[in-house]
Amino acid sequence: MIANPLTRGRERRVLPGFGLSLGVSLTFVSLILLLPLTSLVGQLSTLSLSQYWFLITDPRVVASYGVTLLAAAVAALFNAAFGLLMAWVLVRYEFPGKRLVDALMDLPFALPTAVAGVTLATLYSSSGWMGQLLAPLGIDVAYTWVGIALAMAFTSIPFVVRTVQPVLEDLPAEVDEAAMTLGATDGHAFRKVLLPYLWPALVTGTGLAFVRSLGEFGAVIFIAGGKPYETEITSLMIFVKLQEYDYAGAAAVASIVLATSLALLLVINLWQGRFIKRLHGGRP
Amino acid sequence: MSIRIAGIDKTYGPKGPGHTRALEPIDLDIANGELVGLLGPSGSGKTTLLRIVAGLEQADGGTIHFGERDVTQVHVRDRRIGFVFQHYALFRHMSVFDNVAFGLNALPRRDRPSSAQIRSRVMQLLEMVRLTDFASRYPAQLSGGQQQRVSLARALALKPDVLLLDEPFGALDAKVRQELRRWLRHLHGELGFTSLFVTHDQEEALELSDRVVVMSNGRVEQIATPDTLYRRPGNRFVFEFLGEVNRLEGDVSHGVLTCGAARLAVPGLDDGRHELLLRPHEIRLSERPSAGAHLPVSVSAVVPVGAEVRLELEADWLGEPWQASVGHAEFDRLDVSRGRRLYAVVSQLHRFDAAKPQTLTLEPAV
Repeated sequence: MIANPLTRGRERRVLPGFGLSLGVSLTFVSLILLLPLTSLVGQLSTLSLSQYWFLITDPRVVASYGVTLLAAAVAALFNAAFGLLMAWVLVRYEFPGKRLVDALMDLPFALPTAVAGVTLATLYSSSGWMGQLLAPLGIDVAYTWVGIALAMAFTSIPFVVRTVQPVLEDLPAEVDEAAMTLGATDGHAFRKVLLPYLWPALVTGTGLAFVRSLGEFGAVIFIAGGKPYETEITSLMIFVKLQEYDYAGAAAVASIVLATSLALLLVINLWQGRFIKRLHGGRP
Repeated sequence: MSIRIAGIDKTYGPKGPGHTRALEPIDLDIANGELVGLLGPSGSGKTTLLRIVAGLEQADGGTIHFGERDVTQVHVRDRRIGFVFQHYALFRHMSVFDNVAFGLNALPRRDRPSSAQIRSRVMQLLEMVRLTDFASRYPAQLSGGQQQRVSLARALALKPDVLLLDEPFGALDAKVRQELRRWLRHLHGELGFTSLFVTHDQEEALELSDRVVVMSNGRVEQIATPDTLYRRPGNRFVFEFLGEVNRLEGDVSHGVLTCGAARLAVPGLDDGRHELLLRPHEIRLSERPSAGAHLPVSVSAVVPVGAEVRLELEADWLGEPWQASVGHAEFDRLDVSRGRRLYAVVSQLHRFDAAKPQTLTLEPAV
């Protein structure tokens, strides 16, 4: 006879509080994560398939996908490079004020995104400090997709820095030195030793930053300008539909953002799991 | 290739009074094909010296030559060294094969062998370190000893002029360490590379090295063959660092040293207070005092270790207990047990308080 795995587990478990802690966790997961998702699905169920298809392929919405994806991709790539650099500086060098810079890295998380949005819009508008400098060069940031990407990059930079930093700290300086004693140039050592080692963390961080940017609203909305077909992002489309009390329409567009984000996170997780296994001794 | 180190010194932190000098100016010549051990306690500067020879750190002054080549200002990647790290420093995302092939693949294109040549060279190295079957494994799947062998194969792949090893066996357990030590000695005999290694383990240094450099506080205390080092230590530090030491302090008058109830004939010593040192194996035990020695002791601990029995001896006239080692035959003959009262007989004494170290040979061993 096979014992009930739950009761068997309870008999053998030494750590106390399993039932209570798991119960509380599941309750909150349901309330905070699953319930809203369920209501989203509920809203969608009021639509027929053809209505759904019509809503999500509305040319104005499709244009917003393009703008959002492009801006988020640019922001994520920028953050991949800048975040790697930032993590490198914070781990490998000692300088006065290092702790402060380290703390500043979390600012985009702590700052209300709307504050960030207003600040960026003011800075980069044609009369703002940065805008004034860039305008003569023919670069418009505010109210273009560049501005959107900038706002997205600002809010998602901590994802890259904070995922790469601990992995880099874990990599002993000896490994760099070993590459050098074997005659590797800096470029070769970076490409063959450092980058492959950081790759999983970097991809994860960049992926998280990208997914975060896809749904960014507060920071982007002030600098985006919201010109239909040009600088409208998908989350703005959802907002517009909500204001028109078109809950089903909003849910339809939101479901696209959700599906994209979930699919990306899943792919990143699966891929990263394979790589981590190799580093820690599983068969490749 | 020979290594010539001349006047290498290094100071960490700001210069000036009160600074700590990691290395006093050091001169050291290593002949072609020699295996030299740098031995010292932690903080003695041995690792700093090794890293300076490797080019991983810069000396404040002095020069380093490999053969006729002045490498003082040469970057580590162009020094043609092999370096083995204490914690292996393998590339964990690469297979064993790729780790060993790394140096060959890093060569500029015009010097790089074909991939078939690289393959055969790597397999030959893996055969040498007896890891052929592990070529496609990842470092995390290997034991510590295997990882260190991979790291050695990787260091030898480019046929370096010199091989430098930083506490190569320090992270391994005793049995594996012993095995790898013998294997390295064997490999060195076979390939004849010039090698400098760092260790804090006297046994390792004495067993592996052609010559040992004993260091402390950034200074070289003595450079000698293991045999000379053990038999004729240059100073008290070397004597104390290389093995267990017993102390005997007392007043000498007319060739007899007195210390409480103890008396010992020490012909040839001047009158006055003297401190004498002796090794555990330089003590014999007897049931009666001998003509020249009246050293009553009582056995306070008995530890049988392998070929000999270690004893701890106590007496009122001793500040710290003596450690003695006796053979099993003698142990049985004397019927030694805890609390047994016996007389110590001393065969040799060492003296470091004079200008020159001096060894006194007393009555022959019983």
